[in-house]
Amino acid sequence: MTTSTSAEPTRRDFLYVATGAVAAVGAVATAWPFISQMNPDASTVAAGAPIDVDLAPVAEGQAIKVFWRGKPIYIMNRSKKEVEEARAVPLSQLPDPQTDQSRVKEGHDQWLVVIGICTHLGCIPIAHQGDYDGFFCPCHGSQYDTSGRIRRGPAPANLPVPPYAFLTDTKIKIG
Amino acid sequence: MSGPSDYQPQNAVLKWVERRLPIGGLIHSSFIAYPTPRNLNYWWTFGAILSMMLAVQIITGIVLAMHYTPHVDMAFKSVEGIMRDVNYGWLLRYMHSNGASMFFIAVYVHMFRGLYYGSYKEPREVLWILGVIIYLLMMATGFMGYVLPWGQMSFWGATVITNLFSAIPYVGDSIVTLLWGGYSVGNPTLNRFFSLHYLLPFVIAGVVVLHVWALHVVGQNNPAGVEPKTEKDTVPFTPYATIKDSFGMACFLIFFAWFLFYTPNFLGDPDNYVPANPGVTPAHIVPEWYYLPFYAILRSIPSKLGGVIAMFSAIIVLAFLPWLDGAKVRSARYRPLAKQFFWIFVVDCLLLGWLGAKPAEGVYVVAARILTAYYFFHFLILLPILSRVETARPVPNSIADDVLRKSGAKAVVSAVAILAVGGLALLGNVSSARAQGHEQPMPPGLSWSFAGPFGKFDQGQLQRGLKVYKEVCSACHSLNYVAFRNLADQGGPSYSEAQAEAFASEYKIKDGPNDQGDMFERPGRAADYFPAPFPNEQAARAANGGALPPDLSLMAKARGYDRGFPLFVFDLFRQFQEKGPNYIVAILTGYEDAPQGFTLPPGGNYNLYFPGHSIGMPKPLSDGQVTYDDGSPQTVQQYATDVAAFLMWTAEPKLESRKRLGLQVMLFLIILSGMLYFTKRKVWADAH
Ligand code: FES
Repeated sequence: MTTSTSAEPTRRDFLYVATGAVAAVGAVATAWPFISQMNPDASTVAAGAPIDVDLAPVAEGQAIKVFWRGKPIYIMNRSKKEVEEARAVPLSQLPDPQTDQSRVKEGHDQWLVVIGICTHLGCIPIAHQGDYDGFFCPCHGSQYDTSGRIRRGPAPANLPVPPYAFLTDTKIKIG
Repeated sequence: MSGPSDYQPQNAVLKWVERRLPIGGLIHSSFIAYPTPRNLNYWWTFGAILSMMLAVQIITGIVLAMHYTPHVDMAFKSVEGIMRDVNYGWLLRYMHSNGASMFFIAVYVHMFRGLYYGSYKEPREVLWILGVIIYLLMMATGFMGYVLPWGQMSFWGATVITNLFSAIPYVGDSIVTLLWGGYSVGNPTLNRFFSLHYLLPFVIAGVVVLHVWALHVVGQNNPAGVEPKTEKDTVPFTPYATIKDSFGMACFLIFFAWFLFYTPNFLGDPDNYVPANPGVTPAHIVPEWYYLPFYAILRSIPSKLGGVIAMFSAIIVLAFLPWLDGAKVRSARYRPLAKQFFWIFVVDCLLLGWLGAKPAEGVYVVAARILTAYYFFHFLILLPILSRVETARPVPNSIADDVLRKSGAKAVVSAVAILAVGGLALLGNVSSARAQGHEQPMPPGLSWSFAGPFGKFDQGQLQRGLKVYKEVCSACHSLNYVAFRNLADQGGPSYSEAQAEAFASEYKIKDGPNDQGDMFERPGRAADYFPAPFPNEQAARAANGGALPPDLSLMAKARGYDRGFPLFVFDLFRQFQEKGPNYIVAILTGYEDAPQGFTLPPGGNYNLYFPGHSIGMPKPLSDGQVTYDDGSPQTVQQYATDVAAFLMWTAEPKLESRKRLGLQVMLFLIILSGMLYFTKRKVWADAH
């Protein structure tokens, strides 16, 4: 079957291209709901609202673990010695240089709040373990110091600090 | 699939692949060069439409399964989560549930097309039988899919259909237990139905491949029913059939979108918005519309086993059709008698469908028996006799000859008209089957701001309705599926997030356990759901004289009433979806003194619109009971209307975005169809 030549090839071609383009736009637009549905749904988003944590029961030298958006958050009441250890390290020795001051809230220097997810591949490091008194990740041996900063091992970055604020001296809001 | 391909790729990579796996040649010979009869009419586009619908069902189904929980305690809730919380979840679910109906509409057209044009005849018997197998698989899949939302119709449909197998002598009961995985329909049943509902569509897809394979071996039938003889009789699949099919699919999508965006619950049963309750059977058990003719056949036989046998035979008989109808002439176009009997048969099927939705009593049973007898008479007696005695009109020598003759546009138009009217009658009686009783007056139709294609909720009305719910209804009725955060959602009462938070904090929410292991109460948060007035069903019943005040979240979609013929036909066209709110207002304003001679049972209150007139709930509203700040009249009628509108929003919170998106999709599809039509004309200009 040969196609006979049209008298107005340009007009015919335009119609073909335009129809194809409109159909393609429709196909792309249709894909959107199917992609968007994979995102967290409204109830999950609502459940991720900020949480309040009471710090009063956490004694010096202790750490607690709370969950926010399904992530473990370590809240550590650091001893004087631990704070000093963290502040004594020269930044040049750190793989991911950050001062301890920049990782805590001013006036609440003993409180360290970090997301307890190893920056290597997501395991949960154990508090108060390892050579730096901070966190030790059992999966591949990453070691964090008392400021939650990476010191040794395969993890590339410090433990992240979640958004939080002190409501009172003994109460914080995470999120 | 139609012989060795002459496909020669130019690209080096394609050449390399082609030598090792000739998939390009397969696609080329099947969908590009494949010769298709040049006289095919639009009834032949339904094959492509069906492939499209299968794809739609599989894709939406896979996505829905990502959010669905197949557990008796969570299935209903997870479906509501899809409708309310998942991004575009309402769209995906309505696409899937209405898509099933569209799939069946298309398959019925496809099957009747095959019957009319004799597409089952030699050499297409295997093609036809594969089609019957696909149809059976579709029915099984559709049935199991309907069970998954775990509403009242899901549960009782599952109970009734699985019990069909108990009719089998000796082993029936054991088979039913095997199907259930328990002593009744329960969690194991739901789990296996979910598993099979996920599996079967892929089985269908597999049989469809065989169906298409068989088609490509024997070639397509065509309206003339004569085989292509020369090159002149056929055109290549691409672009000719491709573009024609695309146009057909776009038109079908417009039809689909109408249901999907404007009347998404027209084909569903309100009872399925009531969570499954193994202790209460709904007044009318009606299967989905596409099973109704067979349901009528089942009920017309006054014996359990006989009914089941008749029902299955009604489908199985189709597989024997190639041998029952021995006429050499394929197309009914040239068989004057067969043509008339074909249309009688169509009407017979439609009437059976209509009867399937009617109560099985009185004249309906007699009619169903006659029609069932005719159904089998048509296949088993009429067709074999006809094929012997009928003298066919001369068939054209070739397809090319047929094209040159005047086409039967008139016949097509009348066929469309008959099918449309019949189809609507069938659809309509589905809704009429939901009659709550006969002596009830119909709730008065009110005008709602959210009705029609551009409907929107009246925010002030929703806020007033919320106030009525909070101050009156919430004393007994829960609102389990609505969270405080929803009050700030788009297309709702439009409170700010801070207002929703403040509203929530007025409630006490039970939480816990705390570090000591104790439950405690705290102020509500936006993410919390409206707390129920009673801790459990037993407490609710005890406080309400044994009656359970139903949850109100879905009430506006869970109640319906018979609108009767021909109103339901217009309802589809004018997108009437407001039975629920009308009914709620009618109930709230329908309290009267019982008429003379009507004895109210103890604890009952007379209500004009309640089925049976005796309602457990005492008159809940009186004038001036709730204070409105916006100057609206503080009357029972106003309260009832406001709370009904509010409940429509709680039942269908995405109504506004649905109608808005619907308009965009409709406009797009109309433009696309128009362009496809002109493209098709241009493409076919050389072929005619
Ligand atoms: S995940 Fe922590 S070290 Fe690899």
